[in-house]
Parts: sequence; C-alpha cells; structure tokens
Amino acid sequence: MSIHQLTNSAGEWLRGNGPHSDIVISSRIRLARNLASYPFVNAANRRQRFEILNRCHEQLTNGRLGDDVLWVDVAAGTDEDRQLLVERHLISRQFAKGDTQIEGQAPRAVAVGSGETFAIMVNEEDHLRVQVMRTGMQLAEAFSQIDHIDDVLESSMDFAYSNRWGYLTACPTNVGTGIRVSVMLHLPALKLTGEIEKVRRAARDMHLAVRGLFGEGSEALGDLYQVSNQTTLGRNEREILADFESSIVPQIISYEQQARHALVRQRPAALDDRIQRAWAILTHARMITTEEVLGLLSQLRLGVNLGRIDNVGIRTINELFLMTQPAHLQRITGCEPEPAARREARADLIRRRLGA
Amino acid sequence: MKRKCDQCERPATTHSVEIIKGQKIEKHLCDLHAAEQGLTLKATQQPINELLDSLVKIHSGNATKPAKEPVCEHCNTSYKQFREQSLLGCPGCYAAFETQLSSLLERAHEGATHHVGKAPRRAGMSEQRQQQLMHLRKRLGEAVTVEDYELAARLRDEIHKVENNN
Repeated sequence: MSIHQLTNSAGEWLRGNGPHSDIVISSRIRLARNLASYPFVNAANRRQRFEILNRCHEQLTNGRLGDDVLWVDVAAGTDEDRQLLVERHLISRQFAKGDTQIEGQAPRAVAVGSGETFAIMVNEEDHLRVQVMRTGMQLAEAFSQIDHIDDVLESSMDFAYSNRWGYLTACPTNVGTGIRVSVMLHLPALKLTGEIEKVRRAARDMHLAVRGLFGEGSEALGDLYQVSNQTTLGRNEREILADFESSIVPQIISYEQQARHALVRQRPAALDDRIQRAWAILTHARMITTEEVLGLLSQLRLGVNLGRIDNVGIRTINELFLMTQPAHLQRITGCEPEPAARREARADLIRRRLGA
Repeated sequence: MKRKCDQCERPATTHSVEIIKGQKIEKHLCDLHAAEQGLTLKATQQPINELLDSLVKIHSGNATKPAKEPVCEHCNTSYKQFREQSLLGCPGCYAAFETQLSSLLERAHEGATHHVGKAPRRAGMSEQRQQQLMHLRKRLGEAVTVEDYELAARLRDEIHKVENNN
C-alpha cells in the first residue's frame, strides 16, 4: 500500500456505522511514549533523531503490528502529501510543518495500520505518538487495541518511565499515563440553538478540552467538535475512559438529541428549509469553498439523521467531509492548485458524488 | 486565529480579567503558565509546599539572593528554557527539576502528585541505567563532533553492552 492509494477511500473511522453514529463521528485514543536514554525530540540533534527514527522503523514494520503497516517518510514527501495526511487525521498539523530549528526537513515518519485503524508518529513532540481510531462511539475497542500495540512495543523497547511520574513526556501536561481520549461529535442542533456554550462550559468544569475539527486552535467547522481529557496524572486509563463512556459523552448526546427534537417540534419549517437549501446548493453550485461545504454538509447530515431527507447516505456525507479538503481534492481530481480552480473542482466532485 | 499565551507560543486556554486600582489587566495563558500562576485552581490558596519553600528561604536568609538556575546535567536544559518552551529536554529533567515540577504538575493535573495506572510490564530499565545510557550517548555525540572516532567506537560498544545487559 502506498500513500497514493490512501486517497481512493476514507479510513474505517469515517464509515459512519458505529454506535451512536448520528452524533459521534469517531473515537480516538493516543499514547505518548519516549525511548529511555535518549533526549526528547526537541533537544535531540539531527543524528539522534535519525537514530530514534531507525530504531522505531525496525520495530514498527517487523510484522508484529500486522503485515501491511504503511511506513511514510514524512520528511521526504511533498507539502501536498503532508497536507493529505493531516486531512486524514493521521498526523498533526505541527508534525506536518516540522521543526524549524533543525536544518532542512526534520527526520520524522508515520506508520499507518491497515484500514487506518492506527497511526504512529515518530519524532513528533514525543518519540512515539500512538493513535487508534474507530468509527462511532467505540472507546473500549479503541483502548484494547492501543493497549495491545503498547504491549507489543514495550516488549522490545525501553520506554522512559519513573515510579513517581509514570511515562515521561516532553511536555509535562502529558506525563503519567500519556493518554489522550478524544471523541469527535457532530452537534449541529446545539450550535443552532446557541446551547453549545453550555457544553463548552460544562466541559471546562470537568477539565476537558473542546476543540475544532483539526485539533488545537482550529475552528469548529461543520459543527464538528472534539472533546478530550487534559489530566493525565493521578488517574488510571480505565478511570479516564469511564468518564467518557458513562458520563461525558452520554450527557452531550442527550443534550444534542433534546435540541434536535425541539427543532423538529417547534420549528419544522425552518429546519426543513435549511436542509433543503443545503441540498439545493450542494447539488447545483458550480464553485464552492471548503468552509461553505462543511457548513452545508453539516445541515444535510442532520437532515438525514432526522429522517427529513433521504437522497443520500451518511457514509457519502462523511466521505465528502474528507474528499473536499484541499489536498484530497487536488489528488482526486488533478485540478490546478489555484483557489478558483479548486472551488470549481470541488463543486463538480460534490455534484458527481451526490448523483446530481 | 486563536490567541497565543502571553508568555510562550502555545495557544492560550485560560483567560482572566482583573481590575486593580481601576486598571484593567487581561491575562491570556496556556495550560502550563496558567497552572504556574495558579489560575486553573478555583481556590487561590498557595500550595503548602510553596508556602514552606518561601518560609524556609526567609528564615535561612536566602530570600534576597537570586536562586541558582537549575540545569539538567544530562541534556543541559535549564529550568528557564523549559519555562520558555514548555518542553523538557530529556527524561532526566524530571529528576533535575523535581522540586519545581512537583507544584506545577499538581496544579496542572487536578492536584495529582503520583502516577496511577499502567506501568511497563517487564521490569524495564532502572532509572539509574537510563541515566547511564543518556550520559554515554551525550559523550558519544561530543566524540563525533570533535571527530574522535576511536573514542566514539569505544562508547558505541559500551552503549550496546549496557543496552543488552537486561
């Protein structure tokens, strides 16, 4: 499998058929790990970074994590390749940009598992950032996979660990378990009714972060929100997971459901108007920006989930969220990179996919 | 674009406005610097260990002398550098800055002082051996820089020996 084949379909986490998939887009968990006896990435020189990279390459591609692990040398790729990986949530934006303090492209890579169920960044902020992704609300499944990957890795690598602080990480906000549990939620009704601020406040009180589609610093485009834990020390992995499974996520799901029901009951015409207008624009526009598409797809997704429109399936909508992003669009349609050409290619692609 | 922390490049997550003598003072801080200033705590009491620290300093007459900036002997990262970048230099920094990090981490992690949860299944490397290897790798780097390849080869052998002696 090569990076070029990645664009042909969406990762499994975008299938849209997991539990609570009307509201929960995906569940993801990441672990931060560092090799003992090496400096952290930011303090490592070019030679040490290559050494870390080579050690990890051997361990990640020796077949113990599956036969079809795709190793992508992120430093060797083009800007478009890196953007593609960001859009697929396989690497972070910071990782794509690289470390500007290192001369040339900083040595770094990502190992991608079959079906994109896991991705392991090497030489990001920590030596290893292991990430597992699942469609819908499947944190327990995601945790058992990531725990297994961690066991496999630690059987042949020594991770920096202290009895007091747990797994040692470059930034002490990740120290301890090194775990970040993150759930991506589609909350169009809470956004429409203006109650999303309540969710933000409640999350903050519970020491959770609420971010947009692409993590830190990104806006909540397409009414997509990521909720994740911030505390990694003093609570074990299962306690952190249990918070999400039995309290946080069910609560937000129930808020969103109430808001959706209220819209159907109190403002059915206004709701249908939004949904039908979204459909009309998506199936007739000749030029369209990513931002506008995300907003319209969000309305359409809401309409399908509420049974107000049945012209299209959730999977197609989920895939369009991805395929209309700049690097994907360029790879799929071969369009010119100018904004105007892109807007035109984007509109064509959407009309084709929606059968218009 | 999200606002950056007043004191570093990380995104600001804690925002506060205070009115002091009619002057409006806004603060926008990242999680680390907010924790350091106690802004993420709802109660504003000073942690007991800091209180003790400052008391000890006053009584031993050290309060006015500038404290020596702690530096990690393994990677030469200073505590000041850590404060600027929010990133530590190596696993050894946790021991080198233990005093400073204790109260910082307590505030960043809802009062936690110790790890609870998964530990590497096999005994792994002792902290002492981790540090020994860090030290050898540092010397290896220096040997390569001055092109002393004989010493570098010897150090490489030694590293292999320590690594495989599990």
